Amino acid sequence: MRLERREEASRLAMVAAPVGALAFTLALCALLVAWAGAPVGRTYGLLIEGGFGSRFALTETLTRATPLILTGLAAAVAFRARLFNIGAEGQLYAGALAAVAVGGLHRGEGFALPDGLLFAGMLLAAMLAGAILLLIPAWLKLRMQVDEVVTTLLLNFIVLLFVSAMLDGPMKDPTAMGWPQSVAVKPELELGRLVERTRLHSGFLWAVGAAVLVAAIGRFTAFGFEMRAVGSHPKAAAFLGMPVGRVMLKTALLSGAAAGLAGAIEVAGRTTYVTLDMSTGIGYGGIVIAMLAGLSPIGVIVAAIFVAGIQVGADSMSRVVGVPNTITDVIVAVALLSALVAAMLVRYRVRA
Amino acid sequence: MSAAAPVLRMTGITKRFGSLVANDGISLELAPGEVLALLGENGAGKSTLVSILFGHYVADAGQIEIDGQPLPPGDTRAALARGVGMIHQHFSLAENLTVLENVMLGLEPLSRWRSDRRGALDRLQAASRDYGLTVDPHARVESLSVGERQRVEILKALVRGARVLILDEPTAVLTPRESETLFETLGRFTAAGLALIFISHRLDEVMRVADRVLVLKHGKPVLACAAAETSKSGLAAAMISGAAGVDGSGPGGEVGAAMMTRAGNAHAPRDRHEVTGPGRIHLAQLSAPGRVALQAINLSVQAGEIVAIAGVSGNGQRTLAAVLSGETAATSGRLLLDGQPLPARPRAFIDAGIARIPEDRVETGVIGEASLVENAYAHRPRDPAALRAGPLARWLGLSDRSRMRAEAARIIQRYDVRHRHADQSMRTLSGGNIQKFILGRELARDPGIIIANQPTWGLDIGAVGYIHSQLRAARDRGAAVLLISEDLDEIFALADRVAVMAGGRLSDAQPTAHWNAATIGLAMAGSHAA
Repeated sequence: MRLERREEASRLAMVAAPVGALAFTLALCALLVAWAGAPVGRTYGLLIEGGFGSRFALTETLTRATPLILTGLAAAVAFRARLFNIGAEGQLYAGALAAVAVGGLHRGEGFALPDGLLFAGMLLAAMLAGAILLLIPAWLKLRMQVDEVVTTLLLNFIVLLFVSAMLDGPMKDPTAMGWPQSVAVKPELELGRLVERTRLHSGFLWAVGAAVLVAAIGRFTAFGFEMRAVGSHPKAAAFLGMPVGRVMLKTALLSGAAAGLAGAIEVAGRTTYVTLDMSTGIGYGGIVIAMLAGLSPIGVIVAAIFVAGIQVGADSMSRVVGVPNTITDVIVAVALLSALVAAMLVRYRVRA
Repeated sequence: MSAAAPVLRMTGITKRFGSLVANDGISLELAPGEVLALLGENGAGKSTLVSILFGHYVADAGQIEIDGQPLPPGDTRAALARGVGMIHQHFSLAENLTVLENVMLGLEPLSRWRSDRRGALDRLQAASRDYGLTVDPHARVESLSVGERQRVEILKALVRGARVLILDEPTAVLTPRESETLFETLGRFTAAGLALIFISHRLDEVMRVADRVLVLKHGKPVLACAAAETSKSGLAAAMISGAAGVDGSGPGGEVGAAMMTRAGNAHAPRDRHEVTGPGRIHLAQLSAPGRVALQAINLSVQAGEIVAIAGVSGNGQRTLAAVLSGETAATSGRLLLDGQPLPARPRAFIDAGIARIPEDRVETGVIGEASLVENAYAHRPRDPAALRAGPLARWLGLSDRSRMRAEAARIIQRYDVRHRHADQSMRTLSGGNIQKFILGRELARDPGIIIANQPTWGLDIGAVGYIHSQLRAARDRGAAVLLISEDLDEIFALADRVAVMAGGRLSDAQPTAHWNAATIGLAMAGSHAA
């Protein structure tokens, strides 16, 4: 069996591939559902209803999708340039911590600045923290060929321990009755609700805006072209005079900033303070989302909403029928694998 | 030819890849204890032929017999079982395993519980002893030298019971001393009755080890004779011109003369013997590091002439091209372009307006995943001409898509790039059209200096003719053109002067008419007597 590259992927195949992948995923997971002894049709019905079927469901899904869009963006940008950033989780925590440091310390008042400036400073600090956290591994990769997969992955644990130290030390909330949680950001810095009496906040718009901005950078600027060139044809990029190292470092800044922003937005929009369990693997989830989206920034929005919808829907579905909500992980994992296979079939044809 | 019954017989082997005929009716016979040298330029079909023998490819026509029995086509297992062994130029060894483990790999079925290390060790040591191939069976491959690794590869084949051994450019990776040892080993093999197919570019080695030679050109056999009946220059002429020797010592004969006439008549060589001044491209005593390092080479190319660098591939041409593209810095000597030294960075060379046409057009000449529109400015995406007007747009690097589109359209139209639409990705074009696009991009600013490395390699005749005419036109407009090519037909058709590269050294550039097949062949083989 051999793979042959297709001349050019057909439009039909590009539409059929994700649909086929989704159908295959649902078919395969139906076996598991049936095995758990639940009615397949009703389970899927509850899953979709729980994720998208009501005002509450939809706003919960979008709330969950918000940080996933940003960490998905972080992975998509970096992977495009062949910089394998596995550290979005740590960058998110660093961003969250930086956001509280700017917007919550000094007796809960943050730095003495007008609220507008303080808000901008909070977001900037978070992006900077995430960016610098990725800049170090990127620089080590360029200078000493240190594998960034290892460094970014391990940095996650270092950051988490650092956060833990801060939450038990200088940033600890004295009123939290001993819980390891940071002080909250100033109430004026919290993001507004998009829909009354739901958790959906304007951070969702920030995330979508970030995705659109990254897509525009990729499509309309010389830097975007250089990023794609360095990622797909490093030899050609060097021959054509592109500053391969500088492009890599700038890409790292962009990727880390997106993950850091996710932390700030989670703090300002949802939790108001930092805890050690504020991210349930959002950073790692971003990798899955980026791959599902085929590394397209706009695709990341769709993939994040899909994954968040399955998560939210599975939670409510598992309360009704006897299927544990870990089915979420199975569905997302199978969807990723089938999406990757489908993407390959779009670009290659299989010859016996 | 040996009187013994042939162990291997290949008859009428033909293999096509699309419209390319890689092997065209090739037949050969090999007796036990005999060494057959397989010769030819890159792309002549040597690798295809041995890949068919080894079962990697299935021939479109023809038959392979081993000991008079037909070998099933496309079946590597069968080939191995019948005693065909192949030593690839790039070894296929697991570096983290020991020599013994590497030899055992693939010998035992995976389904077996325990492996028979004892038995394998005995067989390895027996083969080692019989052929004098000493190597520590328990050493890890990663700790071995290249020569030792090659010995492990050979032992692997011997333990599997090889009787026909194919060696693909075995000396290319070896030091001269290691090569010496290898030749002694090969002598023991033939004494023991093994039959060898020896693929090489190096004519002196071929003359030394081969009993018979088979020269391929464009997939066709052009010379098959006993090694004693020909000479180095005869082989060189056969490889180059597709016919046999010119110095009377080999079969064939008048080609050299024919070639000289052609060189003299096909185009009128310009009279540029009175080279004055440093020239637009000027290299003086330049040395540079690379797989094959440049050793104090001198070269000068004037405005309005094409100077070709001839030579068998792997003699330093790649290093020269890297130096002239700004990718590799010289360790000593001088490089002046339009009288100026340039820092060894591609950006500096591009900004100086030097046209660079790389050897690997698909992987280094363009960004394959990007569109034709984007590739129009791939070498200078931040050029003011490619950006929107206004200081903010400049600073942000906002591309002006409509101007990029216009430039792409100009290249496409002027250089006849066959395409479907300007937004399709570059890699979906054929090689010839990619090359025409690169040419259009590089010649857009009417460059004074053009560096073209194998500009027509692998292209069809139409594209070749077109690219030749464009290079000639650029020369006539006053450009200094440096052409690096392995194709002597191309060199004789285009060049005003020719220099020959061998082993990282460069001969003087002589007017094209001064060369003939015999002198150029000898120079390519490394004798600077020419």
